[in-house]
Amino acid sequence: MANHQHAAPAPVGGSLVNIVTLSCGVLIALMAAILVVRFLFGLGAVTALNDGYPWGIWIAVDVVIGSAFACGGFSVAMLVYIFNKGEYHPLVRPALLASLFGYTLAGAGVMFDLGRWWNVWNMFWPGSINPNSVMFEVAVCISLYIVVMWIEFSPVVLEQFGKRDMKKKVSKAMFFIIALGTVLPMMHQSSLGTLLVVMGGQVHPLWQTPALPLLYLLSAIFMGYAVVLFESCLTSTAYRRKLETPMLTPMAKIMLGILAVFIVVRLGDVIVRGALPKAFAPSVEALMFWLEMVCFIAPLILIGAEANRRNPAKLFLAGVLLMLGGALMRLSGFLIGYETGGDFNYFPTLAEVLVTAGMFAAEVLGYIIITRRFPVLPREEAIH
Amino acid sequence: MGTRRDFLKGVIAGGAAATAGAVALPAAARETRSRPPEALGLLYDGTLCVGCKACVAACKEANNNPAEFSTVDHLWDTPLDTSGYTFNLIKMYRNGTMDAKDQETNGYAFMKTSCMHCADPSCVSACPVSAMTKDPETGVVGYNPDKCIGCRYCVAACPFGIPKYQYDSPTGRIGKCELCRHRHKDGHYSACAEVCPTGATLFGRTEDLLAEAKRRIAMKPGELNRFPRGRLRPAQEKMLQGQPDGKGERKRKGWRHEPDQSYETPAGKYLQHVYGEKEYGGTQVLKLSGVNFEKLGMPNLPPDAAAALSETIQHNLYGNLIMPFAVLGAMTWVAKRNVKPEDESSDKEGS
Repeated sequence: MANHQHAAPAPVGGSLVNIVTLSCGVLIALMAAILVVRFLFGLGAVTALNDGYPWGIWIAVDVVIGSAFACGGFSVAMLVYIFNKGEYHPLVRPALLASLFGYTLAGAGVMFDLGRWWNVWNMFWPGSINPNSVMFEVAVCISLYIVVMWIEFSPVVLEQFGKRDMKKKVSKAMFFIIALGTVLPMMHQSSLGTLLVVMGGQVHPLWQTPALPLLYLLSAIFMGYAVVLFESCLTSTAYRRKLETPMLTPMAKIMLGILAVFIVVRLGDVIVRGALPKAFAPSVEALMFWLEMVCFIAPLILIGAEANRRNPAKLFLAGVLLMLGGALMRLSGFLIGYETGGDFNYFPTLAEVLVTAGMFAAEVLGYIIITRRFPVLPREEAIH
Repeated sequence: MGTRRDFLKGVIAGGAAATAGAVALPAAARETRSRPPEALGLLYDGTLCVGCKACVAACKEANNNPAEFSTVDHLWDTPLDTSGYTFNLIKMYRNGTMDAKDQETNGYAFMKTSCMHCADPSCVSACPVSAMTKDPETGVVGYNPDKCIGCRYCVAACPFGIPKYQYDSPTGRIGKCELCRHRHKDGHYSACAEVCPTGATLFGRTEDLLAEAKRRIAMKPGELNRFPRGRLRPAQEKMLQGQPDGKGERKRKGWRHEPDQSYETPAGKYLQHVYGEKEYGGTQVLKLSGVNFEKLGMPNLPPDAAAALSETIQHNLYGNLIMPFAVLGAMTWVAKRNVKPEDESSDKEGS
């Protein structure tokens, strides 16, 4: 039986006004102010974007890295519903919530970056779409997935507002929604890697490979688990709740398994394509490559032993390292290892950084409000 | 008690999907496309260019683009690179004492920077909304601002750095050479070729231009040769032109009648390389030079287009949505078995 005895989810409760939520509010307000300038005067007014670097951190960080960080929902749903590991069920809702925010905001973030955003409907217009375009695939899949996740999450909202009939109806179709919710991220997370293929030799050989879709998919999955480790430890600490270590320990083992496969593919690909010498050249790219590798390999040493996987601090650190490794791989492919030739340079402006910070602040604020007011986290018997 | 069995089913479903993808990959590789037979283009011959930049000014006028300034006094249009407002530029290579033209050391050389109109363009493959398209007949890579969403994937994808975006505008467009396709209906061809005083930029069918390029690199340096100017007319058209008021010519393509503008001059010292003949599957704009192309800012590109690889991956994974539906089917089947009890239990537990 897959019916494990878990405490039902319940709102955490408590005040919504504290130093964290207020800081988030300030960051969001700053972002809004910058966006007003951006939409009135163009991208050049607030960003350092140029024709050598047409994509900056709003794409590389907010969308490419941000959506990978938002793979917790997908990774945990796979575990629980596809591999029928019911024991992880309490992790589903919080992970899904984080994903929901990550993706919804990544979708919103794209709109800030689109130079001709009012034409965006063409992305879904049969007379305009270009199925050869990797970007088209990414955009359609992400849009669909955002809708799918809101439906996946809807029982939480319906439960809170006592709409039990409606919740039952949604639940009947949930198996299909959940299936969609595993396929769509597989499609677009791999395609986020494929985005680089058409750029050809402009992307450094350490990050340009036909194996990109596989690398981005595998890393998105383990980053999903890494984010759950991160988020679970952080939530438990912040809300002074019991740590979820008994669930996290075995999940970390699965994460390491996928990580090991990934490392074999990553290194194997670099060696097979003969790109390894580039990793020993005295260049920023080589340094970035090894930084990335350290972040991938260190968790294997850190929590490779079962005993270490029971240590929440080590789990947290391993989670952070893997998030960082996956983020570095994406940042290097899209920005650091991208070179068009010519005298182009890019370093994000303060305004760009503030918008990115505002996006993450919106995620954190949304997560706090919803977990405090809606049944997401398991009911805690302890006093708080 | 099916936990372990269902887990295995999940593994099998996932494995089958992954294998299907891996096996399908080499099966349907999309080859690099070649130019359409009636492809139009330009031949730029750096050895004939005198750097007068008449083509830069003509391009601005033809495309209704504003001047761009890089000097203090803002007197002349002085763009330093192509941009959202400058689609054509003559760049200069300088080395050492700059003693002689088309000489790599202690010399100088010119290079035209504008859209190459690739046979298999990365920008067209990248564009999610078909705002960037390749004309099936002329092969001209055109841009439609009414569809463009401003994602700038074309800017990132192009190996020549050609599509450029107008970052200074809240309604910025992509700017690039479209071979003056808007002037074709009036019988005009590319403005840059129309005004070029030395025939360094020549307009015509790429096939004819390629033959002309090969004729030139076979010339003996310094030997007197005849060079056409403006539009390159193929041999049979020249014969027709002998008829009264060049009717034959007008009938063939609808270009305005022009007198023969060819002239004689000593041939330059060419590199034995027609740039654009093979690069990325070939381009419709071809280039000749006396100085190494990479030194002049033209990238060293493989014969296969990146678009071909990108689309091969894309279509093998998602072609006709076969793979996604197969995986979705497997996932639905497994999820249907696994999801039910969870929801009932959460219903019981809920509130």
